[in-house]
Amino acid sequence: METIKDIINTLTAPEILITLAAILLFVSARYRHLFYTNKVALILFPAMFVFMAISMFDEDFYLIVTKPDNVPIVGMLFLIPFFTWLSMREAVRNDKRTEEGAPLIEKEETADKVLTWPDLVYTELIAIVLLTVLLVGWSILIPAPLEESANPAATPNPSKAPWYFLGLQEMLVYFDPWLAGVVFPGLIIVGLMAIPYIDTNPKGNGYYTFKERSWEIMTFLFGFLILWVLLVILGTFLRGPNWNFFGPYEYWDTHKLEALVNVDLSDYFWVRLLGMGRPDNILVRESVGFLVVLGYFLVPPMLLAKTIFKRFYENLGPARYHIMVFLLLCMASLPIKMVLRWLFNLKYIIGIPEYFFNI
Amino acid sequence: MSKVNPPRPAAKRGEPADAGRRSFFSWMSLAWVSFTASMLAAGTATARFMFPNVLFEPPLTFRAGRPEELQVGIVDERFKDSNQVWLVRDGGGIYALSTTCTHLGCTPNWLSAEQKFKCPCHGSGFYITGINFEGPAPRPLERFAIDLADDGQLVIDKGRKFQQEKGQWELPGAYLEF
Ligand code: FES
Repeated sequence: METIKDIINTLTAPEILITLAAILLFVSARYRHLFYTNKVALILFPAMFVFMAISMFDEDFYLIVTKPDNVPIVGMLFLIPFFTWLSMREAVRNDKRTEEGAPLIEKEETADKVLTWPDLVYTELIAIVLLTVLLVGWSILIPAPLEESANPAATPNPSKAPWYFLGLQEMLVYFDPWLAGVVFPGLIIVGLMAIPYIDTNPKGNGYYTFKERSWEIMTFLFGFLILWVLLVILGTFLRGPNWNFFGPYEYWDTHKLEALVNVDLSDYFWVRLLGMGRPDNILVRESVGFLVVLGYFLVPPMLLAKTIFKRFYENLGPARYHIMVFLLLCMASLPIKMVLRWLFNLKYIIGIPEYFFNI
Repeated sequence: MSKVNPPRPAAKRGEPADAGRRSFFSWMSLAWVSFTASMLAAGTATARFMFPNVLFEPPLTFRAGRPEELQVGIVDERFKDSNQVWLVRDGGGIYALSTTCTHLGCTPNWLSAEQKFKCPCHGSGFYITGINFEGPAPRPLERFAIDLADDGQLVIDKGRKFQQEKGQWELPGAYLEF
């Protein structure tokens, strides 16, 4: 038992967990006709349930999971995989039907279009009533976890944002506040709003499909599942006192020691590579960082336009193509910076704390 | 004068129609004046509302006991709650550190076993000197002006702060030699 716990604790180290999740996402999409089937679901979801139930016997696990704040995320642990699985199963089935020349599932269910009233509105009404009952029952059974009145001198340890913001709080570990707290949230919203203008693929309207929209779906799932939901889960269950990482079966020890000494890119370049001191002039000191950042945003769009994104470049035209690639690069910068931090303790690519400009 | 102001063709001075118009205008100006006045009053009241009646802010300058009370290498937390200041004495003297994390403003904890300040919000770590070395905090903790009063007590002035990244820790007042 203890060895199993140790293994799981090791596997939930963020670098391993996020990598594994990304691999799982892509492999399951590649072999979707094997993975997104009833059989797998019948094994997977009960297994998850049993896993949770058995884990409850562990004191540390029990404490975290039963915290009133964390109840919604426990629900999310099941709901999000379930709905992902459900839509992918439908998509796999539909793709198979299209291949065989059979009509789509949606077409078979209702040949006509359905009416808003009563079909849709009734369903919505029932959903509203049921959810209200659920919320009322929930709030009676598990009272809101109110704490003592705020005291600026005593920050709770760990200090966590509301659960739906934990993804943002996790970003704050890797990027400066102006980026993680202002630019990136803004870009997420702008990017989501830009989707209808960028995604010109007309397929998949009103029916499930994966094959006809694989690129769009995978981009979305990566951004949503890995870069948002997983970070929420991570922030909820695995971040403990002093914002250290703790395995799910690990005691939240306030004195856990983790050596995380950070190094800037300018340090790596001037001190470790060239063996000299860092130049005094800020612009010279950070020139490498500026080159890296500029290169990151300028080179890939041009290279991709000639190679794997050729199709997009031709379909979208230069303006929309560049917006799309810019948004993609911003999204990719989060996992890239995370990996750099984990592997090299890299703090800033451009670091000008003198003027609050750090990337 | 009458050439400059041609006589008005309609009513003569003092006639009812003119009087009606004039009283109308005076009523209008009265209305506008009172409207403006009430808006101004409301605006002032709102602006006043922005300033609290009572401020539970400790004075910016405070006395922090005698320097001999501090031990070398020990972080003094007596003034953390009341004044948001840590006092540290090292081999050569004393300095006053701000307890505000330079990342987003949480209050870090002093972990004496690890000899570091550690922030519970995003995990920034600072050495006992205040220098940041881990986590997302972009710059070291700030120091406050420290001096010795005539009665031999330490005086901390939070109105003056010293930032290491600007080279201000070298300035007089950032460090009290003792
Ligand atoms: S506020 Fe201290 S680490 Fe973010």
